[in-house]
Amino acid sequence: MSSELVIGAVKAIVVLLLVLNLTALLLWFERKGSALMQDRVGANRAAILGVGRRLGLPNLGLVNTLVADSLKLFTKEDFVPAGADRFLHALAPFLALFPVLVTFAVVPLGDVIRLGGRTVELQAAPLNAAVLYLLATLGLGVYGVALGGWASNNRWALLGGIRASAQMLSYEIAMGLGILSMVMTYGTLDLQAMCRAQGGVWLGWLPRWGIFIQPLAFVLLLVAGIAESKRVPFDLPEGESELVAGYFTEYSGGKQAVFMFTDFAEVVLVAVLLTLFFFGGWQVPYLYSDGFHLPGGFLLALPQAAVALLGVVAFFVKTLVFCCFQLLVRWVMPRMRYDQLMRLGWKGLLPLGLINVVATACVVVLAGGVG
Amino acid sequence: MANVTVPIVVTFVVAAAVVGLMVTVSRLLGPRQMTAVKGEAFECGNPASGSAWGRFSVHFYLVALLFLVLDVEVVLLYPWAVELRSSGIAGLVEALFFIAVLGVGLIYAWRIGALDWD
Repeated sequence: MSSELVIGAVKAIVVLLLVLNLTALLLWFERKGSALMQDRVGANRAAILGVGRRLGLPNLGLVNTLVADSLKLFTKEDFVPAGADRFLHALAPFLALFPVLVTFAVVPLGDVIRLGGRTVELQAAPLNAAVLYLLATLGLGVYGVALGGWASNNRWALLGGIRASAQMLSYEIAMGLGILSMVMTYGTLDLQAMCRAQGGVWLGWLPRWGIFIQPLAFVLLLVAGIAESKRVPFDLPEGESELVAGYFTEYSGGKQAVFMFTDFAEVVLVAVLLTLFFFGGWQVPYLYSDGFHLPGGFLLALPQAAVALLGVVAFFVKTLVFCCFQLLVRWVMPRMRYDQLMRLGWKGLLPLGLINVVATACVVVLAGGVG
Repeated sequence: MANVTVPIVVTFVVAAAVVGLMVTVSRLLGPRQMTAVKGEAFECGNPASGSAWGRFSVHFYLVALLFLVLDVEVVLLYPWAVELRSSGIAGLVEALFFIAVLGVGLIYAWRIGALDWD
């Protein structure tokens, strides 16, 4: 019994560490990728005792973005405007990042592994109502930005905070409808069971991934997800050319770092959700519990540990692809106008989501299930 | 039960500690030199025009109301979505009626211009 508890605690900490490191890596990719897209060199100066140069390695700016930037932010003055509400001003960044981080506790990273006669699910908390937990924590995210904008007692910050909360509320409905369609399709709230249901193939070659039966729900979740993480083209709450920096105008140092970190943690979260619901999570095409079964009838037997490891690798590859996709969207889309943003949310995604839900329900009930 | 609650509690505690540390660390490490001008609200260099805690567009309030109605609708549909297969045709008809009532509400909000921004 007690070893079960230890395994659970270790899994929870490992998942959090993975998320924190992946988020930090995205901060690097955002800076260095921006340089790449704009034909600049980007961060390439800082080094620790010149270690990389002595070994003849190119300077990729990892020290700049991961060590120097964070050291600088954490040693800046913790500045609170004179007219601000000091308590809410400190609470807001906490409420922004905390719900995003705890969401990852229910994300399945892989199938099961066998450890000394014990079967361990590669999911920190094997919760059977994981989708409800997910919706609850996603819904909390709006408090951080709304409070941050309000507590600063600054007009720009207030405008940014109100814009952000209206935007997040509007797109949360579309997101909820997209996820609802997937719950109908799989008939479960358990994320691990959803991933298991996406194993196998249709027609002998097409992986049973959600994207092939719910393409509209994928578009809904992708658009609403980018809007929830407030990235370009939905970055109106921050809109630096109109609102200075939006809801974190009056933030500096560590608190500013937390808001920045939240943005990228949300990018990871959206990538994880898209992977789980639509791209089979940890499923590798044609890989079953005993090895590869390729369409031509070929069989490549693999031990169970190798299969589980391949699954985890597949999960991270898919997640990274969607993270990079979201970061690259920034360089091909202009920012929307606020009326366009609200029109897309309320008059575009919401009716589409309702239609998708009704159509899914009719198909599942009348045709006896999808897939 | 414990194999679900323990990881979630550990996640909550560790995440709260990490985020709490990030929020407070510059208070511990950073300098503190507050001046009257620095404490003013930042308005692009102009003298601050007073408190921001005042009135703002009522339209945002309308968005909040609409969100409340529609999001509760979505949440109410979740139990039905899980039991979709066992609730059969009867469940489908009832849920479609429920969605239709809210659809009429959405059309009403659309018609009176609650979804327009100008």
